[in-house]
Amino acid sequence: MKKSTLLEKIYLGVIFCLMYLPVAVVIVFSFNESKLPVRLTGFSLQWYEKLFADSAMMEALVNSLILGAASCAVSAVIGTLGAVGLSRIHWKTKGALEYISILPLMIPEIILGMVLMAFFYMLNLPFGMLTLLIGHTVFCIPYILMEVKARLVGMDPSLEEAARDLGATSMRAFWDITLPLIMPAVASGSLLAFAMSMDDVVISIFINGPRLSTLPIKVYTQIKTGVTPEINALCTIMLTFTVVILLVFSLIKKLKRKYK
Amino acid sequence: MMGGRGQDRENANKMRIRGQDLKTANMPGGKNKKVSASRKHTRASIWMILPLYIFTLVFVACPLLYMVAMSFATPGEVHGVQWIFTLDNYKKILEPVYLNTFLQSFQLAFTSTICITLIGYPFGYFMAKLPAGGKKKAMLLLMLPFWVNSLIRLYGWIIILQKKGLLNFVLKKLGLIEKPLKIMYSYPAIVIGMIYVLLPFMILSVYSSAEKLDWSLVEAARDLGASKAKAFWTVSFKLTLPGLLSGVILTFVPSMGLFFIADILGGNKVVLVGSLIQDQMTRGNNWPFAAALAVIMMILTTLMILLYRKVTGASEVEGLG
Repeated sequence: MKKSTLLEKIYLGVIFCLMYLPVAVVIVFSFNESKLPVRLTGFSLQWYEKLFADSAMMEALVNSLILGAASCAVSAVIGTLGAVGLSRIHWKTKGALEYISILPLMIPEIILGMVLMAFFYMLNLPFGMLTLLIGHTVFCIPYILMEVKARLVGMDPSLEEAARDLGATSMRAFWDITLPLIMPAVASGSLLAFAMSMDDVVISIFINGPRLSTLPIKVYTQIKTGVTPEINALCTIMLTFTVVILLVFSLIKKLKRKYK
Repeated sequence: MMGGRGQDRENANKMRIRGQDLKTANMPGGKNKKVSASRKHTRASIWMILPLYIFTLVFVACPLLYMVAMSFATPGEVHGVQWIFTLDNYKKILEPVYLNTFLQSFQLAFTSTICITLIGYPFGYFMAKLPAGGKKKAMLLLMLPFWVNSLIRLYGWIIILQKKGLLNFVLKKLGLIEKPLKIMYSYPAIVIGMIYVLLPFMILSVYSSAEKLDWSLVEAARDLGASKAKAFWTVSFKLTLPGLLSGVILTFVPSMGLFFIADILGGNKVVLVGSLIQDQMTRGNNWPFAAALAVIMMILTTLMILLYRKVTGASEVEGLG
């Protein structure tokens, strides 16, 4: 009974093809000579050249990279410390805190975006890099928190206890014992967070302010106005970037398994 | 990612019990040094959580509470808020124009969810029947597009669906159509976009419950004389229902908020609750009204999740990770 028939395999195959079709189309036409995305006329890199000559686009790219790295670093520190701390204490409010910190993943993005926008406005924070950083950190923390937490559950608490029994301070025990052990989880969580930050449109669009633009926002506004081959090129680059991050991510996971 | 949380909690409880045992074992010895060390340890732990506590309270809890408060306030003259209590924002939702938006959103979410279920349920179910190696490969293939910016993937659809796009070109070449189809900027285009972005959620939830299915039960039903269809309906379908339901929730709720799909593929022809919120925040400058809309959306989301828990008796939504 539990054997897949040929028909079922064909079904899976067809749906997979449909899933990858749009991505393939974007990549193929980014190297196409013609501006019209219907016929392949010849190989060309001109759209990539045009893209790199576009200074506004490059600025958006730099903004996105800075923002991704910064929000990833801040949330890695807060999230890791938080996860370790949470595993050690047993307050009544612990469950509530955990729930609230994962909440950003559960509520619709648009609500998170508008709520942050209104809140920053009330606080009189100038919209720009700072508000983007805070906003991205809000939804990056949960990824790191969950990764690290999962790793801590599988860890032997007696290791750290042993270090403390032997006279290490709490901080020292954390730095020398716990942190190296959870490092793979911190790394994979951070990568996830970075990818999410590089990907976000909905929340950023509320809190970016009038002048600052991130790469996804730029892509969004360009797509709205129409199809251009430069966007194909840009999308292909972003795609490559994501695949590279994913490869690194799976490599870390593999290493993690090796050391377990 | 969230699937294992119930288990995590269980493990945490175990650890807690173990920790208590250790403490009580240490206590009778009465070594003051050790007690003070453990107190210091607790104090250090508190310092470690403090940033998380402060950050989540200030930037997650406070903004959400602020939103609720704002939904009862009067809109400011230019933008922002005047703190005069009113229920007008909620009354405004009942106006035909806005009520219509909610209905439209529901309708679209409903249509998309049905399509996603029809495509995704068999997919997840068949995937669970693959041999172990095939499963792994299929999972990888499934997760990969998940990682690609949804904008890029939607952009691919624009290239395919637009008037002078790939689909019309191919159909014309094949002689199936004479005039190009106008799919872009129409209702079907939005539905295609929704299906495309949300399908993996459905597949993953169905798959995770079909994977756990005890196939010997299906065999038993067959041995006892049930037809293939009957065995599927009475055994497999019933047992994979939780996955199906969580898939429905995971697709239904977001499809009301994904305003950028309606924006890019629909050309703003269909106004969703999400688009309305965005519009009220940016152009309409009626923040309290946007907040009221968001509150209603949050309530609907919560209700769906509660309903799911009630139906399935599960404590977590399956297939999120």
